[in-house]
Amino acid sequence: MAEPMVVVDDLHVVYRVYGSGADKGTAATALLRMVKRQRRPSIREVHAIQGMSFVAYKGDAVGVIGRNGSGKSTLLRAIAGLLPPEQGMVYTQGHAALLGVNAALLENLTGEKNVILGCLAMGMSPQTVKERYQSIVDFSGVGDFINLAMKTYSSGMGSRLRFAIASAKNQDILLVDEALATGDAEFRIKSHQRIDELRAHAGTVFLVAHNLGEIEETCNKVIWIEKGRIVQAGENVLEIIDAYLTATGGEPRVREPK
Amino acid sequence: MTNRGRLSGPGRLTKPGSLSGPGGLPDNGSPAGPGSASATALAAEPAEVYLAGDEVPGGERLSEYAKQHQLAPASARPPALKYLRMLWQRRQFITGFATASNVAMYSEARLGQLWQVLTPLLNAAVYFLIFGVLLHVSRGVPDYITFLVTGIFVFNFTQRVCITSSVVMRDNLPLIRALPFPRGCLPLGYVIIEFQQLLLSFGVLFVIILAYGEPFTWYWFLILPILAMQTLFNVGCAFILARWGSGFDDVSQLLPFVIRTWMYASGVIFSITTSLALVPTQSLYNHKHLAYLLQINPAAVYITLIRNALLTSQRISMPGYHAFNALKCSMYGNPAKYHIPPDVFANKVIYYSSYCKPIVTQQALWGYAAGWAVVAAVIGFFFFWWAETRYGRG
Repeated sequence: MAEPMVVVDDLHVVYRVYGSGADKGTAATALLRMVKRQRRPSIREVHAIQGMSFVAYKGDAVGVIGRNGSGKSTLLRAIAGLLPPEQGMVYTQGHAALLGVNAALLENLTGEKNVILGCLAMGMSPQTVKERYQSIVDFSGVGDFINLAMKTYSSGMGSRLRFAIASAKNQDILLVDEALATGDAEFRIKSHQRIDELRAHAGTVFLVAHNLGEIEETCNKVIWIEKGRIVQAGENVLEIIDAYLTATGGEPRVREPK
Repeated sequence: MTNRGRLSGPGRLTKPGSLSGPGGLPDNGSPAGPGSASATALAAEPAEVYLAGDEVPGGERLSEYAKQHQLAPASARPPALKYLRMLWQRRQFITGFATASNVAMYSEARLGQLWQVLTPLLNAAVYFLIFGVLLHVSRGVPDYITFLVTGIFVFNFTQRVCITSSVVMRDNLPLIRALPFPRGCLPLGYVIIEFQQLLLSFGVLFVIILAYGEPFTWYWFLILPILAMQTLFNVGCAFILARWGSGFDDVSQLLPFVIRTWMYASGVIFSITTSLALVPTQSLYNHKHLAYLLQINPAAVYITLIRNALLTSQRISMPGYHAFNALKCSMYGNPAKYHIPPDVFANKVIYYSSYCKPIVTQQALWGYAAGWAVVAAVIGFFFFWWAETRYGRG
């Protein structure tokens, strides 16, 4: 029997967004509002996830597709425990590492320090870090830049190093939110291999990508979401991707027969 | 945790592959879009369970299924003791993070690491210029310069911890969001950063006071337990402010004003143990309760204890150092009444504050020092731990 790693049970997520629109944002209006004891008018609620239930098992690589603003990143952040469910619950086996598109972990520190401290933060022993250090650096392929502050990295280099760090430990759950998009072809191949290894070690990977080819190559399951709801999900990855492409006004992908 | 407000729908089962029709976009009706998150929309029919194997029950029992397989809510807080163990297990990360940040802090300044020493020196110079040279508030305190510099350096430790830890969670948001680790590592790391800075500024302090002719005595070793207690107190402050500051920017905006008030109230520049409290014309003379409260405030406790350990002039002029002598105490408080010439006052009578009754005794100060440290650390730890799953949101 397959062991579940992530159980999303009727999940609803509501964002409260501050400082949008109506508020003129001057000190005088802020003061007036406090005197009148009004709520900030600029708080808007966005119902980003509107009831999702699914189960992901050990060894799954689940691709999440959908248009911009459909709730993909929100879903991943909820699985990482970074967003509170408004209703329902996300259950996980262990903790999830979330790789997003932001450039650095500790941007003022060198790549070397980022590797060491990142691994220590994930709970590795200094001995293990020493053993794995070189392989992490080699995997990231940043070369001599390892001795420079991480804020000097290009977005591609930054995401390579972060992926190398976060995947150095056999994470129970790895959530990849467009973090591979800026990598080059070589890195994409390496990261696919790494994701396969994680799956073999009974890890579960979620992958958000707009590059549908990447999802096809990497994932054995796919979830298509629109406006915070699941439209389709299943193991028939190619069919769902084609259906998604048709619905968004594109042509089905042309594939080489295998 | 239970699913509040869930309508109990019949368990529905969706095997992998058996899906709703291809290309079917969901109904774009009422619940979608911003601003419509009403309670009724939330309590809708439970969603279909996707990607599940045959053994998965639908609807209400999905949470039971998760628990059967030992899955925990993603936003669950570990028990306090386990959390403490996790922090201890990450000690290498905490110290490594602190050391690396300290080295990187001045990497873009031309003078580089020299600033670690220059910053406390300039700090002391500014206060000396204003309060020692321009305003002459040194009246009633022997060896005012060493008194002032010691006070500034000790207070600066707590001050810097408070200010930096109020922004620690927002400064390290990328790290918090990317990697799972106990978030308490970050405020602890910031305390270590400031502790390392403190060691440097104490090196500077030793040079200053030795240059002023202060002899090295065995009393100096008392600063070790005192600094240990102050560090523990600062850990508590860091935890509390890290949590407050993680939510609102308002905290870090307001904090400098609160801390400056705290500094003036803690006797960094004036002596709240001697001149302000023992001289009849001074503010605290007729308000012994206020003087008591000011003297037991944690910053004042640690400052006074360290001054008494390092500075002979402070130790021997501390009220209670000699047995109470009403005449000598009165001479200290009102030299004009006894026609004491200024040079005699400055060299001799200024130490007579030691014949007065102390408002807080030296022993009581040690008690308060330990008490504040334990209380702050315990409250701070639980306060921070309570919100563990909320850091990184926003």
